[in-house]
Amino acid sequence: MSRDVAVLGVGMHPWGKWGRNFVEYGKVAARDALADAGLQWSDIQFVAGADTMRNGYPGYVAGATFAQALGFIGNQAASCYGACASGAQAIDLARAQILSGKCEVALVIGADTTPKGFLAPNKGERGDDPDWLRFRLLGATNPTYFAFYARRRMDLYGATSADFARVKVKNSRHGLENPRARYRKEVTEEEVLSSPLVSEPLHLLEICATSDGGAAMVLTSMDYARRMTTDPVRVAGVATITPTYPNTVIEMPNFSTDSAHGVPLPGRSFRDSIAAAAYEDAGIGPDEVDTAEVYDLSTALELDWYENLGLCAPGEAERLLNDGDTTLGGRVPVNPSGGLACFGEAVPAQAIAQVCELTWQLRGQADGRQVEGARVGVSANQGLFGHGSSVVVRI
Amino acid sequence: MSKNRVAAAEGWFTMDADEPRLLGTRGIDSGSYFFPPSMATSANPAHPFEEREPVELSRRGRVWSLATNHYQPPEPYMSPEPFEPYTVLAVELEEEKMVILGQLADGVAPETVKVGDPVELVLGTLYEDDDNEYLVWKWQPATGGKG
Repeated sequence: MSRDVAVLGVGMHPWGKWGRNFVEYGKVAARDALADAGLQWSDIQFVAGADTMRNGYPGYVAGATFAQALGFIGNQAASCYGACASGAQAIDLARAQILSGKCEVALVIGADTTPKGFLAPNKGERGDDPDWLRFRLLGATNPTYFAFYARRRMDLYGATSADFARVKVKNSRHGLENPRARYRKEVTEEEVLSSPLVSEPLHLLEICATSDGGAAMVLTSMDYARRMTTDPVRVAGVATITPTYPNTVIEMPNFSTDSAHGVPLPGRSFRDSIAAAAYEDAGIGPDEVDTAEVYDLSTALELDWYENLGLCAPGEAERLLNDGDTTLGGRVPVNPSGGLACFGEAVPAQAIAQVCELTWQLRGQADGRQVEGARVGVSANQGLFGHGSSVVVRI
Repeated sequence: MSKNRVAAAEGWFTMDADEPRLLGTRGIDSGSYFFPPSMATSANPAHPFEEREPVELSRRGRVWSLATNHYQPPEPYMSPEPFEPYTVLAVELEEEKMVILGQLADGVAPETVKVGDPVELVLGTLYEDDDNEYLVWKWQPATGGKG
């Protein structure tokens, strides 16, 4: 039995620093996704909202919040949170509802309004919350962890700051023509390397900003989609997995890794296992992937993802980048949208936005950034506290 | 009058000024190590409900990675004024086979620290108020002696 569901419509509010209520962004994205699908709000049977933690109570109950903002019609709703993986969880919820036969048409929405500067933990004295304590006791900001991974690449594989900078150069070119990207300006390697060091070895232009934005998708059963269109993009696999003990890579917001004392290491590292689970769910291998949208929280992290997705062997990501394989026109373009480098991160919207971009790519609608002939796309990201997130789409 | 020396995280490390130790726990059945001790963090899935005993962790390890921060972090980090860049190390303990974070000790130039270098635990000041000096564990290049 096919476990595919159709992506009938996608929509996004442009990313930026607009300073408005997150619900407005979600509503614009939902309007565009419904129009793209040729459906009305009244057709929607299930709403999955990806939560935001920075916008008060409405953000914690995003499913109902968006449903109310569109006008309550008594449909089913659910809200979920998995940090950066929230969007993939919402997609997974909608997919499960459809595959179980509980509904035929679902709307997935995520949106965020973000403060300026570093993402910070919630306020108050919270001495039992590792996310609060890592700031208090260590000053371990998010870029601190990104810098750990970057430094490892330099030490293990001989990566250079110039390699990392070229990821940003590539993504800045990819995003130039993307109307929904926040930053649409080409940057040079010299500009990246002369921007201030934030968390050494990473510079300001190598670390993604936080943004306002909203993304939405209309997912339907394949039967429903075939009544509406001929060859819809399909969600073929979703992974929202946790790590397998012992996870020996230090993860935000932890103070330590697991102890590998006396226990065998898992067959795959956590990040390797995320896409592998989505591939398995979709019944494909990494060699079938035509394009990928990955979480470039930092330039160096994008290189890690090449290996985690199986696009190349460990240690070969720099070569893949420098050979142009992951640039538009190359073998497997990565972040054709421009990635987080051009968008900045709008946490609960981002994993949904990745799939919106892949949908446009597979339909051949990605004007100015099209991956020619793309038929299989994969997204990947990872949320705080061990939430993996990967979605495989195909046409 | 000198200030009281207070642990910034009670029960996470010993206050031995010369040879401080991080305080973790060890699973009675699994033998797996855990840090920090006071939180419901990780578990060995073969023994999720096992009893745990307090244990002092190794004082020495090797640098797994490091990051030097040039921007002032947001609260609740208690930043000195004016802000000074600081370095956070990820250190792998050999016996426990786990990586534990900690700042680089005051006065050590981060350029002198490389991945793989041996380091050891010391106490350092996190911040001060009128009455107290709040101490936290930090890592410094190993000076010799047993781990």
